[in-house]
Amino acid sequence: MSIKVNNLTKIYDQQKAVNNVSFLANEGEILGLLGPNGAGKTTTMKMLTCFMPPSSGGATICGLDISKDQLEIRQNIGYLPEHNPLYPNMYIKEYLTFVSEIHNISNPKERIAEVIEEVGLVIEQNKKISQLSKGYKQRVGLAQAIIHNPKVLILDEPISGLDPNQLLEIRNLISGLKKDKTIIFSSHILQEVESICDRVIILDQGNLVKNENMQTISESVKMAQEVFVEFLNDLSLEILNNGLPSANIKMTNNRTYNISYKGDLDLRESIFDLAVKRNNKILELKSMGTSLENVFKNATKKS
Amino acid sequence: MKSIYFKEISSFFSSLTGYFVLVIFLLLTGLFMWVFKETSVLNHNYASLGQLFSIGPMVFLFLIPAITMQSFSEEKQNQTMEFLFTKPLTDLDIILGKFLASVTLVILAVLPTLIYYVSIYKLGSPEGNIDSGAVIGSYIGLILLGAVFASIGIFISSLTSNQIVAFIISTFLCFFFFWAFDFLSQMSMFYGKSDIIVKSLGMEYHYDNISKGRIDTRDVFYFCSLIMFFIYLTTLSLGRRNN
Repeated sequence: MSIKVNNLTKIYDQQKAVNNVSFLANEGEILGLLGPNGAGKTTTMKMLTCFMPPSSGGATICGLDISKDQLEIRQNIGYLPEHNPLYPNMYIKEYLTFVSEIHNISNPKERIAEVIEEVGLVIEQNKKISQLSKGYKQRVGLAQAIIHNPKVLILDEPISGLDPNQLLEIRNLISGLKKDKTIIFSSHILQEVESICDRVIILDQGNLVKNENMQTISESVKMAQEVFVEFLNDLSLEILNNGLPSANIKMTNNRTYNISYKGDLDLRESIFDLAVKRNNKILELKSMGTSLENVFKNATKKS
Repeated sequence: MKSIYFKEISSFFSSLTGYFVLVIFLLLTGLFMWVFKETSVLNHNYASLGQLFSIGPMVFLFLIPAITMQSFSEEKQNQTMEFLFTKPLTDLDIILGKFLASVTLVILAVLPTLIYYVSIYKLGSPEGNIDSGAVIGSYIGLILLGAVFASIGIFISSLTSNQIVAFIISTFLCFFFFWAFDFLSQMSMFYGKSDIIVKSLGMEYHYDNISKGRIDTRDVFYFCSLIMFFIYLTTLSLGRRNN
């Protein structure tokens, strides 16, 4: 077991930023950390990287205790913080040389060339960091995190703010790294988590509300489907409610509705029939159903 | 520690800071030593480096806070503290790396003034008529003084992310530790009673002692303990993140 988190708690003044969170992560696994803003994702990561100590509880990384073996842990993890700290005045290679000196890498030149290739910085490699675009800066940040070949990678929102192409590349890069590593990855972009994670942990206000396999989640996602429909003519909410008693219907205006329901039955058929019966026509009918968003919404809904 | 040290040195010389410090220091001391009529050693008719060592601390008062103001403030502004703190480095590694880099820059600024020594040595009549012991002592004093200023500057810089604030406060503190105790000792409440004790709390007293060429362990110990004190305060200030 490469990461073992036991009742990890962090209290800032009065507020519990992370409350009694426990989970495990295996080697070769990508763990997605999900949650709305302020859910405690970053705080959890900061504790795991020994940036700050927990208020109570603890965790071990590769068998090392985060409150005792801090230097060894830092040698064994790669961390990319949320705001991607770089030295804007350094050149890429200069920066990576600096990082490889910190990590005592034996043949830095070869390793730097390797990493530059791996993260796709070859064309830009002679530039100053301040001249790079956001996506390339993110790659430098990633290069810094993987240069010493750490067993555990902790990435705090590594893909926010990237354009769609960069997103795809970084995503592939991260999935390519997972072979012999454990990766913890936080995000609020659900599609990302869906596409690369093996397991998802959902945090809300410091509490762990879900810790499940991607497969289990996908199944439960199917159980909560959503359909968007647009009619040609007005159709009242009442009629729809009567026609589809099991569904939860939200009206956008008199002609467009979001209909959510549980179960693997497809409601689109009944919606179509209903429209025909009322002599109305359907302009658009689409299933929004298979997204993690619903699970996420349900899990973090304020009761 | 080595990695931080080299990173700092290279950042001094990849920006203008390093060159700026060297040039300003040499320019100011050079002008006072050789050019300005009032203070020039050439008009003084006495072969000594006294001018250099009396103007040196004043130049350092402004230059060293200018070197150190960026050390932690800039890291805070770039948000790179989190990067350093999650790498396999202890806080002391980071602080000492930065401190030694600043001291290295101070030594590099002082080194070229050895030319002044050689010149005056040659100009003396007869040649070599200069108190070399006092010169060696003064150099050691000046470098120790620079090191104390650097430790003060690094401590202040660790408290704020604003470089200007760091500069002003460290200049003030350097001034305070160098001159203020001397002024205080002359106040009527201390004068004639405990003025020596008050005076000996300040750096000027010890700097003057060493400058005479008598390298007393008490003076060296005084400087070293000030340095350790401020480095210790810096470790406390960096450790605050743990709460």
